[in-house]
Amino acid sequence: MSLKERLTELQQKGLAEIQKSQDLKDVNQIRVNLLGKKGPITEVLRGMRDLEAEERPKVGAFANEVRDNLTAALAKRREDLEAAVLNARLAKETIDVTLPGTPVAKGEPHVIQQIIDQIEDLFLGMGYQVLSGPEVEEDKYNFEMMNLPKNHPARDMQDTFYITKEILMRTQTSPMQARTLEKHDFSQGPLKMISPGVVYRRDTDDPTHSHQFHQVEGLVIDKHVTMADLKGTLQVLAHELFGDKFDVRLRPSYFPFTEPSVEADITCFNCGGKGCKVCKNTGWIEVLGAGMVHPNVLKMAGVDPDVYGGFAFGVGPDRFAMLKYGVDDIRNFYLNDVRFLTQFTKKG
Amino acid sequence: MNISYNWIKEYLDLDVSATDLAEKIERTSVEVDSVVRPADGLKKIVVGHVNSLVAHPDSDHLHICEVDVGDDQPSQIVCGAPNVAAGQNVIVALPGSRIANNVKIKRSKMRGVESDGMICSLQEIGFSEDVVPKEYADGIYVLPADAQPGEPVFGLLGMDDSLIDLDVTPNRGDMLSLNGTLRDLAAIYDQPVKLDQPAVKETGEAIADQLTLHVDAALAPQYRMRLVRDLKIAPSPMWLQIRLWNAGIRPINNVVDVTNYIMLKYGQPLHAFDYDKFTGQDVYVRTANAGEQLTTLDENDHDLDPKDIVIADGQAPIALAGVMGGLSTAITGQTHTVAIEAAVFEHDHIRKAAQRHHLHTDASQRFERGVNQAGVQDALDAAAQLMDELASGAVQTGTAVGSNQQPDPAVIPLTLTHVNAVLGMDLKQAQVTHILESLGFTVAVDGDQMTVTVPIRRNDIHIPADLLEEIARIYGYDNIPVTLPTGRMTQGRLTPAQRLMRATRHSLEALGLNQAISYALTTEDKAKMFMMRESVPTKLAWPMSVDHAVLRMNLITGLLDDLAYNAARKVKDVALYEQGRVFYREDGTDRPSEEEHIAGAITGTLMPQAWNQPAQAVDFYQVKGIVAAYLQDMAVNGEVTYVPNQEMPEMHPGRTADILVHGHRIGYLGEIHPTIAKQFKIGTTYVFELNLQAIIEMPKQENQYDVISRYPAITRDIAMLVDDEVTNEQVVNLIEKRGGAYLQSVKLFDVYAGVKVPKGKKSLAYTLTYQDKHATLVDDAVNQAFAKVTKRLEDELGAEIR
Repeated sequence: MSLKERLTELQQKGLAEIQKSQDLKDVNQIRVNLLGKKGPITEVLRGMRDLEAEERPKVGAFANEVRDNLTAALAKRREDLEAAVLNARLAKETIDVTLPGTPVAKGEPHVIQQIIDQIEDLFLGMGYQVLSGPEVEEDKYNFEMMNLPKNHPARDMQDTFYITKEILMRTQTSPMQARTLEKHDFSQGPLKMISPGVVYRRDTDDPTHSHQFHQVEGLVIDKHVTMADLKGTLQVLAHELFGDKFDVRLRPSYFPFTEPSVEADITCFNCGGKGCKVCKNTGWIEVLGAGMVHPNVLKMAGVDPDVYGGFAFGVGPDRFAMLKYGVDDIRNFYLNDVRFLTQFTKKG
Repeated sequence: MNISYNWIKEYLDLDVSATDLAEKIERTSVEVDSVVRPADGLKKIVVGHVNSLVAHPDSDHLHICEVDVGDDQPSQIVCGAPNVAAGQNVIVALPGSRIANNVKIKRSKMRGVESDGMICSLQEIGFSEDVVPKEYADGIYVLPADAQPGEPVFGLLGMDDSLIDLDVTPNRGDMLSLNGTLRDLAAIYDQPVKLDQPAVKETGEAIADQLTLHVDAALAPQYRMRLVRDLKIAPSPMWLQIRLWNAGIRPINNVVDVTNYIMLKYGQPLHAFDYDKFTGQDVYVRTANAGEQLTTLDENDHDLDPKDIVIADGQAPIALAGVMGGLSTAITGQTHTVAIEAAVFEHDHIRKAAQRHHLHTDASQRFERGVNQAGVQDALDAAAQLMDELASGAVQTGTAVGSNQQPDPAVIPLTLTHVNAVLGMDLKQAQVTHILESLGFTVAVDGDQMTVTVPIRRNDIHIPADLLEEIARIYGYDNIPVTLPTGRMTQGRLTPAQRLMRATRHSLEALGLNQAISYALTTEDKAKMFMMRESVPTKLAWPMSVDHAVLRMNLITGLLDDLAYNAARKVKDVALYEQGRVFYREDGTDRPSEEEHIAGAITGTLMPQAWNQPAQAVDFYQVKGIVAAYLQDMAVNGEVTYVPNQEMPEMHPGRTADILVHGHRIGYLGEIHPTIAKQFKIGTTYVFELNLQAIIEMPKQENQYDVISRYPAITRDIAMLVDDEVTNEQVVNLIEKRGGAYLQSVKLFDVYAGVKVPKGKKSLAYTLTYQDKHATLVDDAVNQAFAKVTKRLEDELGAEIR
């Protein structure tokens, strides 16, 4: 048998053995047996001394080829076996992915806070400042400077918690109009602000009344602010809170601190304007009061109504939240049942 | 106020349904609360003629009536009303009919006798108790004699009309009348309207010989009376009764009804006095004298206030002016002569009198808002004329006038430029003029300049802005374009305080707490608990309830109320925080200062229990971890320390710590006292409250970043036995002080006090981490430092190293 034949035979045998091997130990043993220093290939190569000089390189090359083939086959077998072992292990590690995930401690912002934040962000983007004012107010700011002198019949519209004759729980965020107008330096630019906060009314708590609720006041005063600007601003607000499909309509109303005064309705979210129980078949839902700031309010705050003017609006986040989510009892917002609080998780 | 659709249509040519009309009013004029057609939902209710009746054999009050309901054969109907009688025309609900409250009437047997339907009272077909004429209040209603049997009753009773309920704003007193509504609608629909002009026929003697008025014009700028003699008091005709009950007013008799009807039509409240009951011929309008009393028409007695305006005769008050008449001069069936009063009273007095005596009447409502001061005589004349027509009265010659102050009409300058500048529109002069004229205003135009004269009846229009509203609403708010303010740019950004408050909320939410918003008004007891500083409570003058009477001086009690609300509903695991204001007041001042606080309350478990996570009751250290993480988020610059506080009565004396930043107390945390938990009916609860204002104002770490060393760190663990009294803080402070230059951190990893350590001792174990930021640290250096600190622990704290 020539050396070449021996090598061919060794290769065949070796490959067959490798194919038969069952674990990494076998593979290792085969490697040592075949390719080790005392292995048959080494022995064959030793026999090359007896060959003709021109035969040697050919046989040598062939021997290297055999060794490379066997080495590659061993590596391949090792890889396959390793993969099989890993797969077997992974199969054993299978878990029930339908079991619930481990709960994490996670807190939610209050739904009214979410609406206030959303309104704040909208108006910040339009260049408004956010201001907050005192909850315990002076009669002067809450009423008098809002064009509601003592004995004004419209004071009956708002039942007030008085502390003393002159000090009260603010019934509205509107006093921030007077407070801001008094301070604003119009040479630095227009006044554009919103003021969110808690307000109080002397009401008995029931599903639709709360002695404590929230308001966001808005005020824009400049040289050329129009009622069309008010309408556009309210429309942007409605779109932000309820969606672009919603229309805004204005209706005449009365507030002592605005003239003209309007109430704004939005398309009924429940029926889309067709008319239903929620909107009393009108297709519209009243959401806020607004108007062009009354000249007396400007005058009393030291702003010249012949030069400056603008609009104001007041929205109720409680009412918005009730409308948006169909909350049927305003007291839910202040009793803080966690089963209620943790439902408003939508972040985007 | 209910306004009748049919009545409006007598004056205006409207081709719109009542609902469409109501929507138009709502969008252009005043809010509409509802549109109701009383006949809606009712059916098969007809006129019946009671041919005869016999007593029911098995009843002491039922009658068996033979009733002609327009069919070939009369029906037999059992009726229990005391006033049913033969010959009456009555309201019959036929078998299969539907009456008020969706009740269905079927053929039935009453005590063994067949009844083919039911004879109805007005209440049974939907009338309010308040408007049913007194004589029919306790029985069936009797229809006019000319009603045809079988004819539906709805037309006869005015129930086929639609009633539009206007929610009139305080400024629009003019809309509290038919005439005022007609004038607005005339402008809205752009058509002329012709209102009735009274034509009174006077006879008899001059009134001056029969009546003298003495009026304080400051109280009643206008005060007039007419006298009508020889009246025959009777029920009013149906058309008049219908007008009244559809407006929510009970028909009484042909004199009182006329005054109410004229009020509905003109908006001018009138009062009819029985002239023969006057003491003397003099009538006074004055303020009440101390001690005077008056029994009003509703038979209630009132102690009069010196600020009440009264009408008085020579002897005593006979009416609370503008609010309600007195019983002593009320119209009765025997009245022959009536003094009709038409006046303008000073509105503020009327408002206060109505409040003082809890008498909010149709009259007071109109006087408070202001009546048409140019229409007082017209209303008076119309009433006299109608009493002549309906009660065959003789209107005496002339009007007694006690005061007659006529206001001047408002004359308002306006420019077209201003109109368009404010409304954001491009109206033409002719459009503006037309709108104002359609409202009955007079407009003089001179180039851009207009001079607008406003009729007296529109007492809400004083300044150009008022005119802008008129123009805008009649032109239509829907026609105003939609734009956004232009002008100089402004920056919209939160202040640092606002940013920190937002960050506070986000931080605590990320730490697992839900935001609560509790009531700021609470009980006095709760307001004064968990106080962080001295303060007197601020109380409401007239609270609605004791539960919400005093301003809170802590946030914790509000959160504990929330926890109690949850506990009562079997919700045991609750983690809440609240960001809000507390109200501190110095004794001797009226107004409290408002301080922003942040507080949390946790009961049950913080991490929800699950199949792979056992319940772990919240403890002090969990809450401390939350507070520490929060303060780290706020980057407060200064060492945060926790000092035991055994002094707060509402807190567990052994589980409460003050929170100090740089030695300055900003709040506390710990377990609430078991007696407080019991009082609130809640379980073990941990709380914290921090002065957020202080955190806002505190200096912050501007740069929290430290370069991470490239060189490896070396750690050494040390476990020691120390006396129970030795605190973790003492150990850590000592290690940090004596740990050498390379000591980076000390971390507690075990605390043990149990059977394996001697009594009075505990085992503490720490990992000390050493690192040289600029070179590789060698073991020797660490060993030296570690040995040194070990010795210090032994020497200074008596630690036994294990």
